[in-house]
Amino acid sequence: MTSLETTPTTRSRTGQFVRNFVSRRAALIPTFAAIAILILLFIGAEIFLRGDFISPRNISALLLDNAYLLILAVGMTFVMVTAGIDLSVGSVMAFTGIWLAKLLVAGMSPVIAVPLIVLGGALIGLLIGVLVQYFDVQPFIASLAGLFLGRGLAYVVSLSSIKVEDTAVLWLQSTRLRLGDWYITPTGILALLVVLVGAYVMQFTRFGRTAYAIGGNEQSALMGLNVARTTVAVYVISGVCGGLAGLVLTAYSGAGYPRNGVGTELDAIAAVVIGGTLLTGGRGYVIGSMIGVFVYGTIKTIISFMGAEQSWMQIIIGSLLLLFIVIQRAIVARSDRRG
Amino acid sequence: MLDRGAGFTAVPPVGTRSRTEKEDATMPANIAVPSIVEMRGITISFPGVLALDNVDFSLRPGEVHSLMGENGAGKSTLIKALTGVYAIDSGSIEVAGKNQTFHSTADAQAAGISTVYQEINLCTNLSVGENVMLGHEPHRRRHIDWKATHREAAKHLEGLGLSIDTRSMLARHSIAIQQLVAISRAMVLDAKVLILDEPTSSLDRGEVDQLFTVIRDLRDKGVAIFFVSHFLDQVYEISDRITVLRNGQLVGCFQANELPREELVTKMIGHELDDLAAISATAERDVDRTGDPVIKATGVGKRGVLEPADLDVFNGEVVGIAGLLGSGRTELVRLLYGADRADSGHIEVGGEPARMTSPRHAIDHRIAFSSENRREEGIVSDLTVAENIVLGIQARRGLRRIRSAEQDAVIAEYIEALDVRPADPTMVAGNLSGGNQQKVLLARWLATAPELMILDEPTRGIDVGTKAEIQRKVAELSEKGLSVVFISSELEEVLRLAQRVVVMRDRKQIGELNSRQVTLSGLIDFIANEGNGSAA
Amino acid sequence: MRRIMKHRLFWPLVALIVLIVINTIARPQFAKVTIQDGRLYGNLINILRNSAPLMLVSLGMTVVIATRGIDLSVGAIMAVSGAVALTIIDRSTDPNSLGTVLTALVVAILVSLVLGVWNGFLVSVLGIQPIIATLVLMLAGRGVALLITGGFITTVNSTPFEFVASGYILMLPFAFFISVAAITALGLVERRTALGVLTEAVGINPEASRLAGVRSRIIIWSAYAASGVLSGVAGIIYASNIRAADANAAGQFIELYAILAVVLGGTSLMGGKFSIAGTVVGVFIIQTLNSTILFLGVPSARSPVFFAFVVVIVVMIQSPQLHRFAGNLIRQVRSRGATDSTGDVEVPS
Repeated sequence: MTSLETTPTTRSRTGQFVRNFVSRRAALIPTFAAIAILILLFIGAEIFLRGDFISPRNISALLLDNAYLLILAVGMTFVMVTAGIDLSVGSVMAFTGIWLAKLLVAGMSPVIAVPLIVLGGALIGLLIGVLVQYFDVQPFIASLAGLFLGRGLAYVVSLSSIKVEDTAVLWLQSTRLRLGDWYITPTGILALLVVLVGAYVMQFTRFGRTAYAIGGNEQSALMGLNVARTTVAVYVISGVCGGLAGLVLTAYSGAGYPRNGVGTELDAIAAVVIGGTLLTGGRGYVIGSMIGVFVYGTIKTIISFMGAEQSWMQIIIGSLLLLFIVIQRAIVARSDRRG
Repeated sequence: MLDRGAGFTAVPPVGTRSRTEKEDATMPANIAVPSIVEMRGITISFPGVLALDNVDFSLRPGEVHSLMGENGAGKSTLIKALTGVYAIDSGSIEVAGKNQTFHSTADAQAAGISTVYQEINLCTNLSVGENVMLGHEPHRRRHIDWKATHREAAKHLEGLGLSIDTRSMLARHSIAIQQLVAISRAMVLDAKVLILDEPTSSLDRGEVDQLFTVIRDLRDKGVAIFFVSHFLDQVYEISDRITVLRNGQLVGCFQANELPREELVTKMIGHELDDLAAISATAERDVDRTGDPVIKATGVGKRGVLEPADLDVFNGEVVGIAGLLGSGRTELVRLLYGADRADSGHIEVGGEPARMTSPRHAIDHRIAFSSENRREEGIVSDLTVAENIVLGIQARRGLRRIRSAEQDAVIAEYIEALDVRPADPTMVAGNLSGGNQQKVLLARWLATAPELMILDEPTRGIDVGTKAEIQRKVAELSEKGLSVVFISSELEEVLRLAQRVVVMRDRKQIGELNSRQVTLSGLIDFIANEGNGSAA
Repeated sequence: MRRIMKHRLFWPLVALIVLIVINTIARPQFAKVTIQDGRLYGNLINILRNSAPLMLVSLGMTVVIATRGIDLSVGAIMAVSGAVALTIIDRSTDPNSLGTVLTALVVAILVSLVLGVWNGFLVSVLGIQPIIATLVLMLAGRGVALLITGGFITTVNSTPFEFVASGYILMLPFAFFISVAAITALGLVERRTALGVLTEAVGINPEASRLAGVRSRIIIWSAYAASGVLSGVAGIIYASNIRAADANAAGQFIELYAILAVVLGGTSLMGGKFSIAGTVVGVFIIQTLNSTILFLGVPSARSPVFFAFVVVIVVMIQSPQLHRFAGNLIRQVRSRGATDSTGDVEVPS
């Protein structure tokens, strides 16, 4: 075989750009699909709702109404990239949320209470991570135990909702930082911060890259990577996110409620998958999960604007999820094909 | 579409003298180069198996050293001892003069031993550059400096003569390129010893050339290359020294250019005591080859797996397939059975064209297949002996359960006929010895009353007595009219049972011999060299 | 004696018996059964009746798990089934007529069958992972159920319908007979036909089964279909019990308890050999545990905490890691990275 040329004859610069892009970033394609859907949704809603939809107020609300899901999705992304799954996040959110409420009502300062509940979430995550890594338990079952634990503990804290009067916590939600008609609350800022930190860690730290490696290669320990520590850590991160989401949700609704978050883990999984993360692990972006959450939130908003029944929400999300899974499989199969 | 091998320049880096193939083979044997790896008296045993028995092995810097041996010879065990996967029972391992005890793969890596596995152990979901530097990415302040990472990766790849887009995803490149990336990674880890485990299994000729250029280059830079491959031709092309193992023991270490091929093959296979001469010389029997063959495959092949091959079997005939491990024997019969899908060629059964894209098709044509991998593809380990035996006929009959009385009769008949031990149908099949598992597998297929039986290595890993039993059974059945395709690494077996022998090497059919007209050494010679065998 | 101890059912049965004994000691009226108006009453009878929905769902889950799959949509199918049945009865001219009720039941079960077939299609034909494939229906199914009921909790007054959950035959609850019928039917189909062995073969070693000529696709498909039907019947019992179709509450979390029951009964989540009897015992263990927790005065909402511990203990016991520790503690071989997780010795080829 004679030496092969390194610079292919450029048919056109755009052609080269596209080829480079596809060869480098094929994993981003599902995310772009999600963005496309988001844009389509906006346009469609704008048309059907006669220009009422795309407004600073609605878009600002989009972030705030779904801040809790955004935080959960970040944690879920870490877990799913390692080819795992965390079914406990909804219950952990409920538990930490109501525990926070109870602590605040009992007079504890938020400065202590908030880290405490986040720690609680982290511990549940630690339990799951240990089961998965050191006892070879399937993530599904291990996080199931976490789900039971979180849900049960939420009711142990209180059987009924607890209203929060603490001004510091309520401030998180009630304060609006305005920029013209746009506004954002501290909870929204917190959610965006979590997204940024998550994205940074996944992209720029060895820990994040190890998570990708674990998802992409079952034998990654042979590459000399610290698989054990990373695996446990991603579940702890998911637990921490559960705790933060509990904080946000409690601030948002002004109360802790043990029945919160039932089925929320599924919403998180759906959002993350729609955002381009593969269930089989190895691929996914935190930013993509954020897009997925916005898709979810937009659909929810559209449905409520249309006055349609909430039941459509679940049907649409379920169908979208299916569509994305099928497309994902097709894309992955194609981009992996070698000559 | 994928650019296969794009970006590869075959020009070695400036300042290095690259040797030609001829020069490889003439490295003088008396150069007193201190070994970089010295393994002495290595013994490793598992429950019931002595995998390595007092084996010595050494690697010198700047050489390519191949390890040869058939299945069960102990090759993979030796490699695993050197890479820290297995602990050794006795003996010593020295790396660069220092005694080493490896507790983990990380230890071996730290000692400068890197491995490129057959299943490329990289992350196809990450970029090329990332794979090369994974775990060692340069940092700027607290975070990964991607620019520097890709720059360094590119540098290492250049060192191997590769210039590909390091930002592209690994999955988009051919296995050949991925392998070179894996080697590059090993160099990042500053390997003194590079172990290549079956590196050429998925490569075409051009890619093999690329790889060998890189290997020679590394060797010239002083890396010790530990090369493991079944492909005789390639081993001779690239190696300086060859070590041969058989049955866990060291046969010897030789200069490649001083070891003729037949001798190598003979050393690998060995001369086993022939206490099986009592079996009636099936090979002597005349076969009626008028009329349609039971099965006829023409030009059947699969890209990257097997070159198009022909095979036909007549009624009551035993056709043997001979060749070394990795020569394509199993691949051929799997295509015949529909276990894998062929890209090319066609198959006729009893003169009629037949679709063979799934095992069910084969079974409908009354073809049976006993896989060489009896644990993973044959025995259903958690089911009982009885359930395993009945599985074949039950699968044919669908949901209608075979009546207990009938089941028991069939089970008892075959347990007795094949002398399965222990003769307990309720025993869990996974607990049986290899030989008895093979008998159960045979029983399953015989119970379906096939017309053609494909046996892939039915006697591998089985004690001599049971081996004889199985061969006797095959002979008996073929006399009664069953057609058989028989694969075995033990060439005496093949010659003993088959009327015709198809010879394979390096994934290609190289000829067909009449077993009456060839001796064992002649067959070995044929396999080793591209001889002109005269078809029957 | 050792053979009895090694039997798969031994430990689950022991656990169940221990639970019952503890309960009886703690509250003697636990085991008391009274007769009133020709009907048996008592805690034990309650367990027999209340366990019916979980029993049916767990039976379906058992065969699905045996094929190395999982069915997360069982709760949603229950909701849909209840919604369909109740809507038909509600909209009929005579809710009390037996004919109406029977029609409603048949339609509901048929719908459940279709949903099960849909799941099976995704898994066995499209090759989608069972978790995701059934997750889709888990999400969308409840939405569909809500649509059918129009977002309300439809209630009916229908004597024949109420009979399903509250009625008695031969002194025992009708629901219990449904359980028995399902157990018997499944047991017969799995063991009298070849379906059971073939399913196990597919679950234990899909490749060997394929090479042996087993029709894996049909087997996997029918497992999900069966799970669908059984969930449908469970949904009817549930709806009959509360005399309403509550699309949100019906079968909530039941998939988790069903998986737990299957695992308790000794069937491995990795697929292969399954035990219907084991699942039955597992279901009774869960129901008895529930009853125990209630008796202890723990609000039922908090009971998941106990179940969390049960899950952890069970998986740790079944964990191959534990076997590795308990078995050969000192070994010559240390496998790193490339181990198969069953901990078998890697005998070199």
